[in-house]
Amino acid sequence: MSADVIKTDAVIIGAGPVGLFAVFELGLLDVKAHVIDILDRPGGQCAELYPEKPIYDVPAIPVVTGQELTDKLMEQIKPFGAEFHFNERVDALERIDGGFRLTTDDGTVFESKVVVIAAGGGSFTPKRPPLPGIEQYEGKSVFYSVRKMDAFKDRDVLIVGGGDSALDWTLNLQPVAKSLTLLHRRSEFRAAPASVQKMLALVESGNIAFKLGQVTELHGADGQLTGATVKAPDGTTFEQPLEVMLPFFGLTMKLGPVADWGLQLEENLIPVDTEKFETSEKGIFAIGDINTYPGKLKLILSGFHEGALMAQQVHKYVYPDKKLIFQYTTSSSNLQKKLGVK
Amino acid sequence: MARITFIQHDGTENTVDAEPGMTVMEAAVKNSIPGIAAECGGACACATCHVYVDKAWREATGQPEQMEEDMLDFAFDIRPESRLSCQIRVTEALDGLKVRIPEKQF
Repeated sequence: MSADVIKTDAVIIGAGPVGLFAVFELGLLDVKAHVIDILDRPGGQCAELYPEKPIYDVPAIPVVTGQELTDKLMEQIKPFGAEFHFNERVDALERIDGGFRLTTDDGTVFESKVVVIAAGGGSFTPKRPPLPGIEQYEGKSVFYSVRKMDAFKDRDVLIVGGGDSALDWTLNLQPVAKSLTLLHRRSEFRAAPASVQKMLALVESGNIAFKLGQVTELHGADGQLTGATVKAPDGTTFEQPLEVMLPFFGLTMKLGPVADWGLQLEENLIPVDTEKFETSEKGIFAIGDINTYPGKLKLILSGFHEGALMAQQVHKYVYPDKKLIFQYTTSSSNLQKKLGVK
Repeated sequence: MARITFIQHDGTENTVDAEPGMTVMEAAVKNSIPGIAAECGGACACATCHVYVDKAWREATGQPEQMEEDMLDFAFDIRPESRLSCQIRVTEALDGLKVRIPEKQF
């Protein structure tokens, strides 16, 4: 294998609260972990959906926000030095001798003894506007993110949306595109005021156009867009010529490639046993919102419990010759040394 | 108790009982009304519980606050009667409320 392959004991898919606490439970048992997440930061739904919303059912913490919980977990797992790989999605998972090979959409390859799926409601993916036929344009004329600015060079670009992504890419692509139109349903923006100011200045100077409305229909052929029908706030419609469209409507959760890994699934959830939280495939575990079993509750605290039990079984796979003696962090000098408090 | 009717895109109607204090989204989810995804569970963070409030009920349900108006940017086919159902609090005064569910939440 190439030298670029990352070898590790465990790969945790998902950096939400449950994936983060799994680092802790595995770390106490000397299992080294790498954590992969599609978002650009830890926290999962806590960071993406409710960073400022109070959570009231984390034991011993009467109230904590999604962001605070994430920050505290990051502090708690720091001693174990897990490596994080953000903005990456695990696309392929295959069994190899002694474990698994995982490949991300960025091409990073891991070889790991076990895999812990803590992917919550699935991976966060950009929302696809429910416009008839939009699939046929995706990747050629419709993009939900910008990987290479070159793809927009000398093109007639339509950006749809009023958030930070829409504004940021309006500013970034304006110098590259042949023409750029920003389309939004209203004249208020939920974006950084500085970006809005810059965008308005570009409209003022005639470098971009800003139009009010919502796309109702796409026109084109063979994957190439030529225009869109737009409904203006007053109910009238107009035709917007374009070659490339970038819709920015936020993120939604999709199970994604997990469905293709040969695991048994029940209504997009992964069945596990309640002793080891192992899936239908030995060595692949599922904890947190993504798993299911009789009596399952989608609670953060349940995910923490699942992680603790999962770690016991993982230890057997990673250290088949070692007998695990159960210890408490309150009294074990061995565990306290790992935590860096002794 | 308030009776709330959810009208699907195809015209199918479901009427449910809602307790004052809960949200219209919660009333939908509790009664397994299709078309209300409510991915974020009511945090006004996902725009997947989008509904159209019947004209007669616009005043009784009130106007969206800033946060909801912002989040509606992430919904599709927004109309003047668009609301996020997780932000409509059920009261006795909403007995008889009718809301329409869009063709798709995304």
